[in-house]
Amino acid sequence: MAENRIRFSATLIERGINMSLMEETLQEQLSRIIIKEAKGESKKAVFDKGLLLKVLAFLSPSLLLVLWEIFARLELIDIRLFSSPVMIFKTMMPMLYSGELLYHTFISAQRIVLGFLAGAVPGVILGLSMGLFAPVRASLMPMVSATFPIPKLAIMPLILIIFGLGEASKIFTIGIGVFYLVLINTMAGVLNIDDIYLDVAKNFGAKPFQFYTTVAFPGALPMIFAGFKLGMGTALLLIVAAELSAAKAGVGWMIWRAYDMFDIEKMFVALITLAFLGYIFSNLLEIAEKIVIPWQNNRR
Amino acid sequence: MSPTVAINMEKLTKIFYTNQKKVVALDNIDLSVKEGEFLCIVGPSGCGKTTLLRILAGLEKQTWGKLVIRSKNPEKPLTSMVFQGDSVFPWMTVKENVAYGLRIKGLPKSERLRIAGRYIKLMGLEGFADAFPHQLSGGMKQRINVARAFVSDPEILLMDEPFGALDEQNRLLLQQELLKIWEGSGKTSLFITHSIDEALVLADRIMVMTAHPGKVKAIVPVDIPRPRDILSLRSSPNFGALFKQIWELLQEEVLKAKSMELKT
Repeated sequence: MAENRIRFSATLIERGINMSLMEETLQEQLSRIIIKEAKGESKKAVFDKGLLLKVLAFLSPSLLLVLWEIFARLELIDIRLFSSPVMIFKTMMPMLYSGELLYHTFISAQRIVLGFLAGAVPGVILGLSMGLFAPVRASLMPMVSATFPIPKLAIMPLILIIFGLGEASKIFTIGIGVFYLVLINTMAGVLNIDDIYLDVAKNFGAKPFQFYTTVAFPGALPMIFAGFKLGMGTALLLIVAAELSAAKAGVGWMIWRAYDMFDIEKMFVALITLAFLGYIFSNLLEIAEKIVIPWQNNRR
Repeated sequence: MSPTVAINMEKLTKIFYTNQKKVVALDNIDLSVKEGEFLCIVGPSGCGKTTLLRILAGLEKQTWGKLVIRSKNPEKPLTSMVFQGDSVFPWMTVKENVAYGLRIKGLPKSERLRIAGRYIKLMGLEGFADAFPHQLSGGMKQRINVARAFVSDPEILLMDEPFGALDEQNRLLLQQELLKIWEGSGKTSLFITHSIDEALVLADRIMVMTAHPGKVKAIVPVDIPRPRDILSLRSSPNFGALFKQIWELLQEEVLKAKSMELKT
């Protein structure tokens, strides 16, 4: 910089221009340049912004908890109904240490997983067939359309009568809720596959089973996973209902038990556990989706 | 049918009925294609070129007329088609896509990857074998398409404007690659194109079709010796004359198709 300036000044002298004036403007220009450099957005600033957002995402729920606690302490809210974070925490810890909470969580998770599989597997198989073969679709679609709108809770008493009070009735209740969502999404996924891919398979002489494995199933996978995610939401909804009647364990049972005993803290613990279960399951599905559908990365 | 004829059509006709309207896509097509011949089909849009190929590919049935495709080896698939547009499976890697026909045939995995590897090399897809199509350009995807059709080693190769969506540079490159790979295989081939230039580069004969209804207007032999090179080919004395001849045949049809479009 300095060298340049000297050379520049030298040429000015040669031309006989008033140097002190030029020197001043040059100085001005230099300082302006430096100001610009300083204001440039550095990588660190971008990183800090990301960090700030993360802190915000953590801070706002924490703030809510603190407010809740303060309101409870000041008795601005009725703690018999709304409890307080500290009281809930105090109830939760012994349940966690004794294994009681883990036991109920495990029982419910088991029912959710089994019910989910019982609904998702036939849902995918039937959905693929209905998507691929028009006669299958034509013969089954009326029944699906007619029975899909029936609230799954409304058929629970019937399920209890048929399957008894054991595990089967709970798994079936969850299964039937998952089944419809997966079935309908899978079928839509197959119907959305571009005809050109089916033409390619046909031209190469693919047999019906090969249509499933090489075109219909992989092509519908993104939609199948959308169905899985919806089905998982329904499964969590139905587990609470399914454990309402004739259950002796489970997170849903905990809620109804706490209701009977008017144990608000326990109810909150169960709710937190359900939220946690939902978070775990939806994350597991996300991970599975990334592994099973590697070609979807960057496509969106 | 003489032993050197691979495809024979007599009065091949296809009629579509849409909204109570009768559309004659193909009107009494008589055509025979010799074994090992490269036939290019040109014609205005809507002249039934694609329908003709789809019937040959077994994706559609003619309304009436006779179609005979001679099979020398019952083990081989009769036809393989390179489709217009993007038909590469997005859920398979490049090598799985190329090996698709062999998978359908039930070949063991090691065997089909070995054969596919050869064509991946031939089509300049080395280094991309494990990539997914969404990571590749349009030109690369068409290379996969062509390789996939060649790998299953069909009796007849059908190509429906395979390079239609490509830019000029990629188009020239792929024409050159196709010439190389095809001249080595000697496969009977039918190739639809909109480019007279492309037809002259590739074809032994060029079939010009009319639109509404789709009929054969003329079949022009291309007397340019092989092996061809896309550069020296253009300076061949026949090239300009043939281009003019085809264009004059085509121009009439394109104008006619235009005026019909205006009427409806």
